Amino acid sequence: MTTAEAAAAPTISMAKIKSWLPAYGVYVAIAFLVIYNILFTPNFLAWSNLRIQLVQVAPVVIVALGMALVIATEGIDLSVGSVMALAAALIPLYLGYGVFAAILISLVAGVVVGLINGTMVARVGLQPIVATLALFVGGRGLALVISGGQLKDIRNDDFIALGSGNLAKLPTPVWIALALVLVVAFIVRFTVFGRRLLAIGDNRPAAELAGVPVKRVLIVVYIACSVLASIAGLLAVARIQSSDASAVGLLIELSAITAVVVGGTPLTGGKIRVLGTVAGALLMQLVVATMIKHNLQPSTTEMVQAVIILVAVYVARERKSR
Amino acid sequence: MPLLEVADVSKTFPGVRALDGVSFTLEPGQVHALVGENGAGKSTLIKLLTGVYQPDGGELRYRDEAAKFATPMDAQNAGISTIYQEVNLVPLMSVAHNLFLGREPRNAFGLLDEKRMVREASEVLVRYGVTTDVRRPLGTLALGAQQMVALARAVMVDAKVVIMDEPTSSLEPREVETLFGVIHDLHSRGIGIVYVSHRMDELYRICDTVTILRDGKLVHTGKLADLERIKLVSMMLGRDMSAVRKEGFTGFGGGSTGAEDAAPILKVSGLTSRHKLHDIGFAVRPGEVVGLGGLLGAGRSETIKAIGGAYPIDEGTIEVDGQELKKPTTVRAMRAGIAVQPEDRKAEGIVPGLSIRENIALAVLPRNSTLGLVSDRKIDKIVEQYMTRLRIKASGPDQRVGDLSGGNQQKVLLARLLATQPKVLLLDEPTRGIDVGAKAEVQALIDELAADGLGVVLVSSDAEELVEGSDRVVVLRDGAVVGELVGGDVTTEALLETIAAAAVKEERNDNS
Repeated sequence: MTTAEAAAAPTISMAKIKSWLPAYGVYVAIAFLVIYNILFTPNFLAWSNLRIQLVQVAPVVIVALGMALVIATEGIDLSVGSVMALAAALIPLYLGYGVFAAILISLVAGVVVGLINGTMVARVGLQPIVATLALFVGGRGLALVISGGQLKDIRNDDFIALGSGNLAKLPTPVWIALALVLVVAFIVRFTVFGRRLLAIGDNRPAAELAGVPVKRVLIVVYIACSVLASIAGLLAVARIQSSDASAVGLLIELSAITAVVVGGTPLTGGKIRVLGTVAGALLMQLVVATMIKHNLQPSTTEMVQAVIILVAVYVARERKSR
Repeated sequence: MPLLEVADVSKTFPGVRALDGVSFTLEPGQVHALVGENGAGKSTLIKLLTGVYQPDGGELRYRDEAAKFATPMDAQNAGISTIYQEVNLVPLMSVAHNLFLGREPRNAFGLLDEKRMVREASEVLVRYGVTTDVRRPLGTLALGAQQMVALARAVMVDAKVVIMDEPTSSLEPREVETLFGVIHDLHSRGIGIVYVSHRMDELYRICDTVTILRDGKLVHTGKLADLERIKLVSMMLGRDMSAVRKEGFTGFGGGSTGAEDAAPILKVSGLTSRHKLHDIGFAVRPGEVVGLGGLLGAGRSETIKAIGGAYPIDEGTIEVDGQELKKPTTVRAMRAGIAVQPEDRKAEGIVPGLSIRENIALAVLPRNSTLGLVSDRKIDKIVEQYMTRLRIKASGPDQRVGDLSGGNQQKVLLARLLATQPKVLLLDEPTRGIDVGAKAEVQALIDELAADGLGVVLVSSDAEELVEGSDRVVVLRDGAVVGELVGGDVTTEALLETIAAAAVKEERNDNS
């Protein structure tokens, strides 16, 4: 009897770990890395270091929030990096009309891109990956045309404050990212829109028959994703104090998708983890920072990132298999 | 010597004892009915036999040797074939390819011998009543024909045991006959068959032995012919026999209800959709259940979906309570008071990953929210009300709907529809694939809702259910109304006659 009990105990805890891992594994990984860095990385806890990490991760978090919404509908948005570039290219053109006007124009550009993406997916019925691929390519092209392919310095202090300023010791972009996290978490948890989004991601025909305005919800989701990307684009320009349409937001779609997946949101839709997405972005940031601090090659870093993605997808698969 | 034998097997899932010391024996040439309510343990037992699950306790013997199937592949290689309710083939590949998948004929160079494959596939499939071009993608065939391909494949792999899980649920009567022919053939070749179905007529026609499960336990096993129908049902339900007798086989009460002269709550006229529906018209009065009869492909589901705004129409008007529904969409139809229960519960009904709560609330989110914010309090009240009223069995409102039994999933779906407080309820196969107990409950509920003044349209391929449940039956064929049964004419015989008569008339038209 005692042997049976001894054998039973670990199986129960294994099953628990299995269901627990996809949801909370990312937090364990972060805790592990933080402890490792505190022990082995000099000055890790220095405020200046933490600040840099947070400032760097803020745009990824913002883009990943939108990506998580799209992925929850069983979609994907590859155009986010191009939207950032588009927003960046528009800023210097309209700063002459005031900071507010320039920001507004950039956000409107985000709305337009999202509307196009959403319409392609919801009304035309294209696959999200194909629909957003068009603007992934075309968006950056347009941004380069608008900017004339040139890097432009930004000298408007009010605008620069958005990216480089501080509020109660924390950098402004971090505050903005934090606020957006709360907004998205609130929408997902408490609004009609949030619930419909998940139903569409899990079973679109059923949602349609249940009277959910599927097309409208999908279009709004893609608009939200693009607008979040343009906010990230604005902040990036304000931080580096120049607008470079060829560099802003390059490859960020991959970082964002990684953050979402590592954070426990399945690519198969119907589920979203907002806090997990934030944690996913933080984890990837920590991994890169740790490896740089310990003088590892960037190529090694990329391979480690790949392993983390594979592990995250593998762990998520366990849950989906039944 | 038994072909396949399980002795005293048990299987436990977190929180559920799915099988509890069940024994089961299959002899060569036996057609063995496996019956029980959903959740009785049938599926678990089948999955143990086919290597999907491993038993926690007990023994599995196959051809007089202890057997252990680690994967479905192991079981298949050993000669145990399974045909599931849903077709498990590759829709984009050709029929022939599907048939030979994994053991394609090769020519002298080791390359695929396409010609031979096509020829052999055609030869084999003719015996199953499938006469289509085998080079067509499987997905372009009707569901029934696909099922036949699956069956042909299962038999071709040199099976000793064939397990059929509700094989007739998507077949037309003609295809059912073909299937029974094949089963008879298998039987005479000494192949053992495990046959799972909810349809009593079928069981008594083709099975010789029966095993009844209830709540994971073996209730009875023995010759089917020795078992009275009513006894079988009562053993499945664990109900008193006299009660079953009194209530009848279906849960429908007797008698019509709808006031004869009341204004119709739903009026459909001239409904036309290219190639599918031609000038369909009928009316439903409050408190009335109108059945839509006809064979598979007659346009019953399309009619229901068209009324619900989920199927495009070219012409025709739909009136709810005297108000015309203009440019129907699912949203507008729902707002007008139409609720549609789709035929395919899994594909178009439930949202499996979400909770019971979210599933029930899905259609009524806007009216229980202010400025886009959902009122959890109001939703909780609605969910609780319908979970109690429909007797939804679950660990609580937060349980995933995908983990519920078919009957409870259907109840959740009905709860979602009722929460919209509809005037008209369109039900497409409301009791398909659910256990006898839930079936009776759903049928009783339909009666109750009609008595409350709803107009109900009922589609069912179970003639008995359609006839007992409906006050009138409108018979469709090829997307057109071909007859209507009223009053004393609402009988199974009259229904079949009308369908048959319509067929004859059609032929005459073709000839002239």
